[in-house]
Amino acid sequence: MTPFLYERAADRQGALALGARAGASYLGGGTNLVDLMRETIAHPELLVDVTGLSREIEDTPEGGLRIGAGVKNTAVAGDRRVRQRYPLLAQAILAGASAQIRNMATTGGNILQRTRCAYFYDDAARCNKRAPGAGCDAVEGFNRIHAILGASPACVATHPSDMCVALAALEATVTLEGQDGGREIAFADLHRLPGETPEVETQLRPGELITAVTLPPNGLAARSTYRKVRDRASYAFALVSVAAGLELEGGVIGDVRLALGGVAHKPWRAHAAEAALKGRPATESVFREAAEAELAPARPLRDNGFKIELARRVIVDTLVKLARTEETV
Amino acid sequence: MRLTINGRQVEADVDVRTSLLDLLRDHLGLPGTKKGCNQGACGACTVLADGERINSCLALAVQYDGREVTTIEGVGAPGALHPLQRAFVEHDGFQCGYCTPGQICSAIGMAAELERGLPSYVTGDLDAETIELTHDELRERMSGNLCRCGAYNGIVDAIRETFGQIAEDAGKREAA
Ligand SMILES: Cc1cc2nc3c(=O)[nH]c(=O)nc-3n(C[C@H](O)[C@H](O)[C@H](O)COP(=O)(O)OP(=O)(O)OC[C@H]3O[C@@H](n4cnc5c(N)ncnc54)[C@H](O)[C@@H]3O)c2cc1C
Ligand code: FES
Ligand code: FES
Repeated sequence: MTPFLYERAADRQGALALGARAGASYLGGGTNLVDLMRETIAHPELLVDVTGLSREIEDTPEGGLRIGAGVKNTAVAGDRRVRQRYPLLAQAILAGASAQIRNMATTGGNILQRTRCAYFYDDAARCNKRAPGAGCDAVEGFNRIHAILGASPACVATHPSDMCVALAALEATVTLEGQDGGREIAFADLHRLPGETPEVETQLRPGELITAVTLPPNGLAARSTYRKVRDRASYAFALVSVAAGLELEGGVIGDVRLALGGVAHKPWRAHAAEAALKGRPATESVFREAAEAELAPARPLRDNGFKIELARRVIVDTLVKLARTEETV
Repeated sequence: MRLTINGRQVEADVDVRTSLLDLLRDHLGLPGTKKGCNQGACGACTVLADGERINSCLALAVQYDGREVTTIEGVGAPGALHPLQRAFVEHDGFQCGYCTPGQICSAIGMAAELERGLPSYVTGDLDAETIELTHDELRERMSGNLCRCGAYNGIVDAIRETFGQIAEDAGKREAA
């Protein structure tokens, strides 16, 4: 690990002032950043610990919830309001990592966690994220866990977060604070696809701090679920995951939300599938058509073609089960 | 940097790069907490910070300045074992014993989570007030602790015997 300075931010202004310094990184629980520093992939010169800030979950006047960036993953999943109104979010968080890590990890840190691509972690390998322009060893390498949607020749890494898949489905917004003031952006716009510049992973400006995530009120969230498929039953990253919410009116699909994890450089909102579902009968063949529509642009690499079929099956099966729950609600 | 470790005030002046795990083992003479993977993947380094289980290998010691940490040395002592330690012995909850301190600290943290009614990924009714520590619940909640010797059957039996009652008791308190 390269040497660095450590400062605990006393308040937001203090955090922003420290965060504006050259070589500064904000520090949440450290479960991702400390590991990357130890692997000599990240080299911050100053760590600004922001875990003391934004630690509340508050009701919004609109009937949604505002989750502070410093709230621990465990605390979000354990919050009664989240469990009742946004069960897919509680489930997605609980599907991630281990209880120990969820006790350490913060909402802000979870959102900004880096890819688990083995070539990104291996500084003897070529990686356009680590060294822009160097090339990507994953494209021709062992790429079983890599992206099937939205990838580019420059980068085929996936975003590893479970929580973010639920946030994408919920149309959350993110509050950012910078030296020039605050702004609110759609969660869907926060993470980027790799394109030619995979080293630019989000829309965050230098020194900008995430302070909160806001969940809009959402009737369909109450009939929602998160389903994760992985190499072992627990404590493993997703190969494919699905966050889904469904609203039925007499067997016909009203509102629907679908997002996928483990398939792309960002949490993947399945707009094509949603369009193919809205206003149609909630039958297995319609669900299959919707899955096909979403996965039509999917492109397999050498080792990850199985993800396309897996995603199709998980989407269909998840919707079939949700449709059944809905009938009994 | 000042921490309370196993009820004792400790002052430490170490390199800022020192992990909480290395602080305990290399600087404070508390080698009970083990280093398995050093990257959050095995749970051998599990300790309790203000009663919550964490992986001490992923933590910088400075992040825990001012906090209260409990390690296996603070859970019990020869002659004064914690009931869970006794149950591990009775049920053969270990072979080589390397994962055991982490398993025990983790299970104590898990019991507190269960008592607070925290759900897990396998909890059927997310809104339930109390959750029973079934076989599936226990395995999911303890999945952050690996055992290379595969002593899982004994580990599960020891934890169930010690903490299986918690959910039930919490249910009764709720009803009363
Ligand atoms: C063994 C293991 C298994 C895991 N399995 C899973 C899994 O299955 N699913 C899953 O989703 N995750 C998994 N994770 C990842 C885990 O969820 C993340 O490490 C965690 O959420 C990161 O949160 P943190 O607070 O510790 O972030 P940190 O490590 O502190 O920070 C991560 C990044 O966010 C930045 N940051 C933090 N807070 C802010 C802020 N407020 N504003 C701006 N920038 C900020 C930091 O600068 C850093 O770049 C796993 C991790 C490990 C080690
Ligand atoms: S040593 Fe910390 S999790 Fe393995
Ligand atoms: S007893 Fe040997 S690793 Fe668990």
